Amino acid sequence: MLDDFFVRAMLAGLGVAAVAGPLGSFVVWRRMAYFGDATAHAAILGVAISLAFHISIYAGTTLVAAAMAAAISALVSRGQTVDTMLGVLSHSALAIGLVAISFVPQARSDLSAYLFGDILAVGPGDLALIWAGAAGVLGLLAWRWQRLLTASLNEELAMAAGIDPRTERLVLSLALAIVVALSIRVVGSLLISAMLIVPAAAARGLSRSPERMVGNATLIAAVAVMAGLWASLYLDTPAGPSIITAAAAIFMFSQAFRRA
Amino acid sequence: MTALIQASGLTILRPGGSETVLQGVDFQIRPGEIVTVVGPNGSGKSSLVRALLGHMPLAAGRVERRAGLRIGYVPQRVQVDTTIPMTVRRFLSLPRRVGDRDAARALARTGVEGVEARQLTQLSGGQFQRVLLARALLHDPQLLVLDEPTQGLDQPGIVAFYKLIEEVRRQTGAAVLMVSHDLLVVMRASDRVICLNGHVCCEGTPQHVSSAPEYRALFGAESEGTLALYRHHHDHDHSHDHHHHAGAH
Repeated sequence: MLDDFFVRAMLAGLGVAAVAGPLGSFVVWRRMAYFGDATAHAAILGVAISLAFHISIYAGTTLVAAAMAAAISALVSRGQTVDTMLGVLSHSALAIGLVAISFVPQARSDLSAYLFGDILAVGPGDLALIWAGAAGVLGLLAWRWQRLLTASLNEELAMAAGIDPRTERLVLSLALAIVVALSIRVVGSLLISAMLIVPAAAARGLSRSPERMVGNATLIAAVAVMAGLWASLYLDTPAGPSIITAAAAIFMFSQAFRRA
Repeated sequence: MTALIQASGLTILRPGGSETVLQGVDFQIRPGEIVTVVGPNGSGKSSLVRALLGHMPLAAGRVERRAGLRIGYVPQRVQVDTTIPMTVRRFLSLPRRVGDRDAARALARTGVEGVEARQLTQLSGGQFQRVLLARALLHDPQLLVLDEPTQGLDQPGIVAFYKLIEEVRRQTGAAVLMVSHDLLVVMRASDRVICLNGHVCCEGTPQHVSSAPEYRALFGAESEGTLALYRHHHDHDHSHDHHHHAGAH
């Protein structure tokens, strides 16, 4: 069954959807959309470094994305204006990544695969890594669920309960870096943050509790993956952008059914 | 140590700076006591509370909390983001899960029974403060710490909230430490008032503080009203007041 490229693509997409629901909800709750964008854009630099030094793309992008997340946190705590600074870092990271990747001959030809994903080319090895990483991130989020939720709702209330909000922020940054790396073959660097935000935003209006929102976001992400893959197979559209287009369509549709 | 929290010589610096927010503050709160901290904006009220809770580094001095002290805390200006869908019931189970019966009992105690299924964002300001208080009461606290709990409430809402605090103290025996701007009302509900302005300006019974020159210098015209109201209240409610205190200790 795994010999079929389409089955592999489906499983890879569903693996990403499984983490995009929960993590994307946190990105929406904590207003980290731009933070996610900057971290995801740094992944291109990660790809360039991985190819130049012949290390795994997954390891390289995780490291660079984590470094980016750490850099953002450090600059924010120094009192820089968050909005401007994220704008600077996000687009600089993308530009530097594109320049760096131009020095790597084997990457120049399939640059768009890293920018927009190449889910139909996912191999069994990628699939194993995607699911292992997804399981790790889900385990991390489940383990710290109550603490993460309290810290996201209100940091003072969290501190009063003995929770250090900085630790929880670090946990989410780490989870984000891993998910960026997992998603780069599926939707690509430019659309990773969309994969996180769009399903969660669509789920927001349909959900009355954080757990429901996570469930709905995961479901919406999974439906978007299937619809996008179907479109790419039968309409011959690019898979990554098709997945996000499907998620966006669900978002528009969900606005008609907002409950709270 | 009979006090729940005992602090001496507290000095706190502004984060990232070298100016002092608080200088040489001594503080203690005993079981069952209602203590209110008043002071102008920037006088270090919230910093004092955070230092007492251990959320803030000290430049000098020490804070001793009774071992195993259970604190229920309502921070200043709790804002709940509309991006998180959250029912009152779910909120009460953060971060420690509680049973339905305990949740219902806490909500009833603060006068907001039956709001479990409502979204936090759908509550009025007064209801939300009561839900926060209910949450703070969940794990049987020995000390309630309320940082400007009536911000955003109208005058009747403020009076009702302080009545509720006295009621809760009588029922649970918990001590209450409050930070407040509402001079007029807060004085009546307190056993002891601490007037803060970077250091302790004056301290004592509400009557003592409201007639102290330091307090009047700090609050000017508003303090006249406090004193008048306090005397008025004292004349009319004297016996009730004493009865109440006898019941609390």
